[in-house]
Amino acid sequence: MKPEEIYETLVNKFGETVQGFDTELVGDPSILIAPSAIADVCQYLVETDTLRFDSLMCLSGVDLGVKEEVFSIVYHLHSISHRHNVVLKASVPKTDAYLPTVSHIWKTADWHERETYDLYGILFEGHTDLRRILLPDDWEGYPLRKDYQEPDFYRGMRVPY
Amino acid sequence: MESTQQTESKIIELKPFTDEMIVNMGPQHPSTHGVLRLELRLDGEIVREAIPHIGYLHRCFEKHSENLSYPQIIPFTDRMDYVAAMNQNWGFCLAVEKLMAADETKEFAVPERAEYLRVLICELNRIASHLLSFGTYGMDIGAFTPFLYAFRDRERLLLLFEKICGARLTYNYIRIGGVSEIIPLEPGSIAEQNYLDEIEGFLDYFEPKIDEFNDLLTANSIFSERTMRVAVMPAEMAISYGATGPNLRGSGIDWDLRRDEPYSIYDRFDFDVPVAKDIPELGAVVGDCWSRYKIRMDEMKESVKIVRQILAEGLPDGPVMADLKAVRPPKGEIYFRSEAPRGELGFYIVSDGTPKPVRVKGRSPCFSALSALQELSRGLMVADIIAIIGSIDIVMGEVDR
Amino acid sequence: MPEIFSESFLPIINLQDSSNWATDFVQDVIIPRLPEAAAAHFPMELGTVLVMLAFAGIFVAAVPLLPLVLVLAERKVAARFQNRTGPMRVGPWGTLQTLADGVKLIFKEDYIPPQGDKVLFMLAPYVIFACSFAVFAAIPFGQDILVSDFNIGIFYIMAISSVIVMGVIMAGWSSNSKWSLLGSLRSAAQIVSYEIPLGLSILTVVMLVESLSMSEIVDKQSGGIFTWLIFRSPFTFIAFFIFFISSIAEVNRTPFDLPEAESEIVAGFHTEYSGMRFALFFIAEYANMFAVSAIGVTLFLGGWQGVLPGFDFLGGFPGFVIKTLALVFLMMWIRWTLPRLRVDQLMNLCWKYFIPISFFNILGTGIWGLIFENDDVWSIGISCAIIYVGLISAYAVAGKTLARKPEPQVSSA
Repeated sequence: MKPEEIYETLVNKFGETVQGFDTELVGDPSILIAPSAIADVCQYLVETDTLRFDSLMCLSGVDLGVKEEVFSIVYHLHSISHRHNVVLKASVPKTDAYLPTVSHIWKTADWHERETYDLYGILFEGHTDLRRILLPDDWEGYPLRKDYQEPDFYRGMRVPY
Repeated sequence: MESTQQTESKIIELKPFTDEMIVNMGPQHPSTHGVLRLELRLDGEIVREAIPHIGYLHRCFEKHSENLSYPQIIPFTDRMDYVAAMNQNWGFCLAVEKLMAADETKEFAVPERAEYLRVLICELNRIASHLLSFGTYGMDIGAFTPFLYAFRDRERLLLLFEKICGARLTYNYIRIGGVSEIIPLEPGSIAEQNYLDEIEGFLDYFEPKIDEFNDLLTANSIFSERTMRVAVMPAEMAISYGATGPNLRGSGIDWDLRRDEPYSIYDRFDFDVPVAKDIPELGAVVGDCWSRYKIRMDEMKESVKIVRQILAEGLPDGPVMADLKAVRPPKGEIYFRSEAPRGELGFYIVSDGTPKPVRVKGRSPCFSALSALQELSRGLMVADIIAIIGSIDIVMGEVDR
Repeated sequence: MPEIFSESFLPIINLQDSSNWATDFVQDVIIPRLPEAAAAHFPMELGTVLVMLAFAGIFVAAVPLLPLVLVLAERKVAARFQNRTGPMRVGPWGTLQTLADGVKLIFKEDYIPPQGDKVLFMLAPYVIFACSFAVFAAIPFGQDILVSDFNIGIFYIMAISSVIVMGVIMAGWSSNSKWSLLGSLRSAAQIVSYEIPLGLSILTVVMLVESLSMSEIVDKQSGGIFTWLIFRSPFTFIAFFIFFISSIAEVNRTPFDLPEAESEIVAGFHTEYSGMRFALFFIAEYANMFAVSAIGVTLFLGGWQGVLPGFDFLGGFPGFVIKTLALVFLMMWIRWTLPRLRVDQLMNLCWKYFIPISFFNILGTGIWGLIFENDDVWSIGISCAIIYVGLISAYAVAGKTLARKPEPQVSSA
């Protein structure tokens, strides 16, 4: 199925929580989803026979700049049985960044969400094991945020050099 | 202070902790393929739980990328999967090129000659990567000799890479819009002919060696005992964990990006995709360690096939670099994945139209495959953990980025 | 009490024994050379003990040279298997490499884990070292080259080599490292298990020879290659292979090197050892390897007896060493070819295959001994015929199994 058709299907099913279809940018078109509904939408995308997005290729957080007020979380989905792709996007406010987890739908989301939490500080509600994954457990701050200032010292070691 | 210590020691004496032993395997361990740390909860030799801890090789690839221009990022991709660095270069360049090609205002195409060189070098690099995987897997299982056989042949490949780009490990060969011209390979020149002959010589030498490796290790009954029916990853589990490449095909799913979503010029070549099957007379089951390992052995033969086709056709004439003034992709975002030796290597790039990306995410195949380790290893033995790590073929540089 | 135990357990102290070689040596060699006055008052007992100590000193000094050679041999053999040259820098063709390594190890820091059990930690290498060298006392290297001809020689060897596992456990426990502990426990399980098929396969030999004395076992094989115990009955033929494989397990070599499996448990029981203490483990390992091969040669392959009766070809001390080194080479060959078994497979192999086969062997040997009371041409001829037929059929069966090569798994595009 083409992304447009998938968008139609989702709008019919979920109504307002599907916020839009972004084709303006060069590259892959993406479907904007309200963050609170992301888990339900994903569940639907996996379980519906005509869609069956059984594989989560990539889950990434995006911070477009200091002036932006939201983080985007981008889900790149792929269906091995139907061989079609779709991009889902959810935006959460920086001040209150949390959204439901999808780690119960795709097991690979477990580590991807941990990575996103680690680098952006976005919380995933319902994630069973949301710890830092790449950085040390006692690291302060979330490095991929655009307003991140690296600390001068980490455990007595100078950080910037 | 002393009294508390005494009571503590008494408690330990009275209640010996007999049921479980927690062992840290790694980050310094001979066979965790780098700096993977596993927290093992052992019941004797049985592993109750193996919890992977990663990040010991985190070099902030994504943070670095946001402060560098696109061509400057390519050397960083070398350091991701340093065993198959050509393929990492290519994956990133493909993503950027696709984003640039999506911009209709500018004419942009990678020259034919560059495409051929890319496929040629990347397939050789795939062989080099699988050779390393084969060698280290033998060593994980306890046979030291295959490792040296593999490195002997890999050495010849590295010399070939050195001749074309001057580096043995981190190549920075494939550039956005073509390939590097640092060591010129004039079309139709003697140097080109010699180089291609040398590759052909290597292939003639190497193809029978694969059968030799199979005789030495794959068909060995101790090796089969150790790897067959161990850590079976069913197809659904493999998909759910995002296992890709040889791991996915080892679980019996017929999926290869080079064939199913052909990028570059892969649609011009004729090659097979090895997919694991049950082999009752040997005892192999789809999804076990042996199947994942065997897929790599078979893929080497397929790569040889592709390279032979290129050699038969010969490299086309023309430039190896597109005429680019500057790499400045349009505002937009792209997710592009390519088939690296360890699976699908995806790059998610968000561009705002400036020479530096806003966000680069590397979706590494090892990262996803490694997350399955915890479930795969439950209830197996310590020696099996090593067999699993080797069979999913991780490179920590790519997991931690 | 059975007759074999009636003599003193340690004849080395038994100075009344007129056949004691040290006493003979003092009487025949030393006393005639002394001035008459001194000879009259020469203290026989003290002299005998001193002579024994001197010989023991030579022996103890000479035997460690053996691992020195074997380590180099192992590295060279491995190198040949792996298409490389091995050590080439120190001395001609790298022959002095082990010496250089030894010097390096002596000068290294002797690290003792502060949290561990220091006494046990320091003691463990010596236990292993001493035991593996004590075994050599009972091995007949040649007709008269035998430190002590026990009447219970093979029993003594089994007893002493079992103590090695104590050293391994001491090393593993005292290191205060989990890898060491895992390795030593693996080792304990493995050695204790494989001692059984080892002992049982030795028993088949003892049953045929009706003696535990190593020199008597060798004497019984004096009639050329077909009187070697390996060909004496089909059961000893099987027993030899069980003995050989079990002894590989006993000395912790691939494919049974689980106690020191590098890729799994780092270095097993000697993870925490460094410097000279580590060298002791290393030397002991190679000494052990030579010892078990020598025992195998003595028990099954005619010891120092030659291939043909009356001729010295492959006989005497050189013949013994050549045969032993051939077995050692076989062990190296196996090590550099095969992967490692898993712990449960190791135990399966021992308890489900080797031990039942060994019991069958003992039964068979008993029946064989009843049927052929004398070792005449007939019994040996029938035995060799059975072995020949058995080998042919085994080859046919194995040929079918080995022909099962994995086909490439390819799906058409």
